[in-house]
Amino acid sequence: MDVAALTFLALSLPFVAALVAPVLTRFLGHNAAWLLALVPVATFVHFLGFAPEIAAGEVVTGGYAWIPSFNVSFSWLIDGLSLTFALLISGIGTLIVLYSGGYLKGHPHQGRFLSFILMFMGSMQGLVLSDSFLMLFVFWELTSITSFLLIGFDHGREAARRAALQALVVTGGGGLSLLAGLLILWNVSGITQFSLLLSFGTELRESPFYLAALLLVLGGAFTKSAQFPFHFWLPNAMEAPTPVSAYLHSATMVKAGVYLLMRLNPVLGDTPEWQFLLPLFGAATLVSGAALAVRQTDLKLMLAYTTMASLGLLVLLTGLGSPHAVEAAALYLVAHALFKGALFMVAGIIDHETGSRDLTRLGGLRSAMPLTFAVALAAALSMGGLPPFFGFIAKEEIYEALSSFDRRSMVFAGLTVLGNALMFAVAFAIALKPFLGPKVETPRHAHEAPVLLWLGPAILALKGLSFALMSGLAHRVISSPMSSAIAGEPRTVVVSLVPHIGVPLILSAVTLLIGIVFYLNLDRLRAVMALILADIGWGPDRGFDQFIRGLLRFAVAITRRLQSGRLDVYMTVVFLLIAVVLLATPVRYGELPRAPFFAADVPAHELAIMAIAVAGLFAVVLAADRLTAIVSLGIQGFAVAVIFLLYGAPDLSFTQFMIETLSVVVLALVMTRLRLSPSDHRPLRQKLPDSMIALACGLGFGLFLLRATGAPFDATLTDFYNLYSKSIAHGANVVNVIIVDFRGTDTLGEIAVVMITGLAILSLVRLRAGSLKRGADRSAAEERV
Amino acid sequence: MKSVIFRTVAPFLTSLMMLFSIFVLLRGHNEPGGGFIGGLIAVSALAIYGIAHGVETVRRAIYFHPMAIAGAGLFAATVAGLISIIARVPFMTGLWIYPSLFGVEIPLSTVMLFDTGVYLVVVGAISSVALSLEERGGE
Repeated sequence: MDVAALTFLALSLPFVAALVAPVLTRFLGHNAAWLLALVPVATFVHFLGFAPEIAAGEVVTGGYAWIPSFNVSFSWLIDGLSLTFALLISGIGTLIVLYSGGYLKGHPHQGRFLSFILMFMGSMQGLVLSDSFLMLFVFWELTSITSFLLIGFDHGREAARRAALQALVVTGGGGLSLLAGLLILWNVSGITQFSLLLSFGTELRESPFYLAALLLVLGGAFTKSAQFPFHFWLPNAMEAPTPVSAYLHSATMVKAGVYLLMRLNPVLGDTPEWQFLLPLFGAATLVSGAALAVRQTDLKLMLAYTTMASLGLLVLLTGLGSPHAVEAAALYLVAHALFKGALFMVAGIIDHETGSRDLTRLGGLRSAMPLTFAVALAAALSMGGLPPFFGFIAKEEIYEALSSFDRRSMVFAGLTVLGNALMFAVAFAIALKPFLGPKVETPRHAHEAPVLLWLGPAILALKGLSFALMSGLAHRVISSPMSSAIAGEPRTVVVSLVPHIGVPLILSAVTLLIGIVFYLNLDRLRAVMALILADIGWGPDRGFDQFIRGLLRFAVAITRRLQSGRLDVYMTVVFLLIAVVLLATPVRYGELPRAPFFAADVPAHELAIMAIAVAGLFAVVLAADRLTAIVSLGIQGFAVAVIFLLYGAPDLSFTQFMIETLSVVVLALVMTRLRLSPSDHRPLRQKLPDSMIALACGLGFGLFLLRATGAPFDATLTDFYNLYSKSIAHGANVVNVIIVDFRGTDTLGEIAVVMITGLAILSLVRLRAGSLKRGADRSAAEERV
Repeated sequence: MKSVIFRTVAPFLTSLMMLFSIFVLLRGHNEPGGGFIGGLIAVSALAIYGIAHGVETVRRAIYFHPMAIAGAGLFAATVAGLISIIARVPFMTGLWIYPSLFGVEIPLSTVMLFDTGVYLVVVGAISSVALSLEERGGE
């Protein structure tokens, strides 16, 4: 097989695996995870095969035509950026599948869970590798949907359901914004593929639609990557089982927004708007996330808020756009995926083995769980940015990017130091507090986790160490190509573990000092944060509920207004609109008919028939009771039928006779059925508007007919039918031939409509009669009681 | 309805109108008439019978549920269109055969079948509505 087919296979394999996961799990139990993990391993190996090419600065594209007429393709783009993501997704995905095998061992729906996880993996893989806009959007929404399924996995709990819905509404809504943004990009550039867009030049930035496109794209990216003020769904998403939190809500899915920003940086970046909006929101997210993390005592929530802070940091760095900032973003993204994935899994292990993940109820676990302790410590060292871990390298580069001495950089440097110091404190609170100190009694007797559980975090923590020790190789394969892809031009990352005396190192030291101070005063800090938050009272989370409630109330109000359920209201609206259309259109376009032409020599019998029609009309309006009015309507109809007959339309006339007869019968029946009062007792004040509408409709139709018949008659069709009716369709009655032969398919549709209408009326009649009958039965039963 | 004259005449009137409706249906291709008009006449016939002798009598007389009649009509009309496809001409193309019965040549066509379908749909759908209204209207 060639590379394109293999890549397509790698993209679809997770979905296939998702299909078989439930069956496999039924037969093999939790050990199915070992087998299923082969899928992400296979994709990892496949994509690793691209590494030499990509490291050499090449870009691989491929794909198939999807909707060629719209220039839409199913195609992929593999460069430094998407390759790094693909490797992270499949690599961490492998570990997560294994971890899920252990974490949900014996769960009745473990198969379903693994299926969802694999589905998500496929969607995420597709998202980062998409070359075409539409494909990116489809996978983007697929990640939202799979995330919804995973957060709501424990669907018996209301909190989980609410969190799932919230995540879906926020990220799915953002997806729509993204779609609009991509469509603008498509319209402005005429391009539907990122690979072509990247070489499009500066035209997009100068387009008048640039700001609109940017804001819409940011709407998608910020909701997905939980930027302030859209962050609230992320902590709530911690309702999901821990493997989900580790995989979706720290290592991969929430980075989709950051990925998008990095992908579009070469075309949309480097403008005042970009460099204002991204750092602003990024910094706000960084500081608020880190501060909120301190407030929590639940291990997963602490990690969730630090994830939010890290995402803010990534957006901030992407927005700054300077060479060092881009490299720092690339390094930090990889480092964060490694240490945060590991820490989440550690939190899951602690929860799984002790039955609690509340920081204040844990302690002294080091002797029971030495291995977990070591893994946690390694991950925390990386998160705290200490050597010899990859986090240190990333942080050096971050401070390098912020260490110029203009005011803007200094502000952002200050905020970053604060955020990092807070995250440092949280990292060590998670890695040290549960393990050190006196032993605290936990709901479950603590012991070391099984291999399926510790394998994943251990490998991630070791990666964090080995990437740092072999930074040359890591930079060549990952960091440099990724930075080049983000920047849109070749870059080489050189930073290593060997520190240089300079501003970055000083900032690191300051961070370390403040971080230690924070760590030692964590309880006091938490109390202060709690007080501040209690003072504020309101947050976006509650705002979301208010928004949803308001939306529902709005929808109810609108529906009540439009769908009153009263027939007379509907009729009034319909006929009012008809009158407006018939009268306003000719006036607006000057299409009013000229004065009608009256023939001088109308035969006396025709005049008499018309007089009958008019008399019938007056009889309808003046009738004392409804039955008389209905019958009088028949008089007028019959008169019209006679006129048809006189003018040589026997079929039409015939039909009109029958219709008039039947409508009188049916109307009379309906009247008796609805038990209407014999006559209309409403006062004139209420009748007047209705009669005005009726008059307007009549006038409108009259004008319309006059205008239509005033135009010269085009006899082409008449001649055609007269000529061919006999010779083609073997029929002398042209009307009937048209109905059953020339336009037979029309008639087929019409009789179908007749039948469906009949069914609808029948069911309405039955429904009403049924409810009356049931009501009678009930009251009879009540009487018996 | 209480009128003795009406009750006595109604069955004859209904039978005549039914017959007439079929006549109108069959002659429709060459002279005024056709499935739609024929159907309406048949419905009027049923309505008269219903007013005179009550809905139950009508329901017994037509044997099938009116909606089933309408369904059969729609089916017949669709089949009339589909026969053309089997004969490898476009959907709804009229096909004619002229079998000879006792020396009389009788033109038969898919168009005829189609028009009969129209007739049945009209009869079924409208009489079904009228009957159900009449049935409970008299309570």
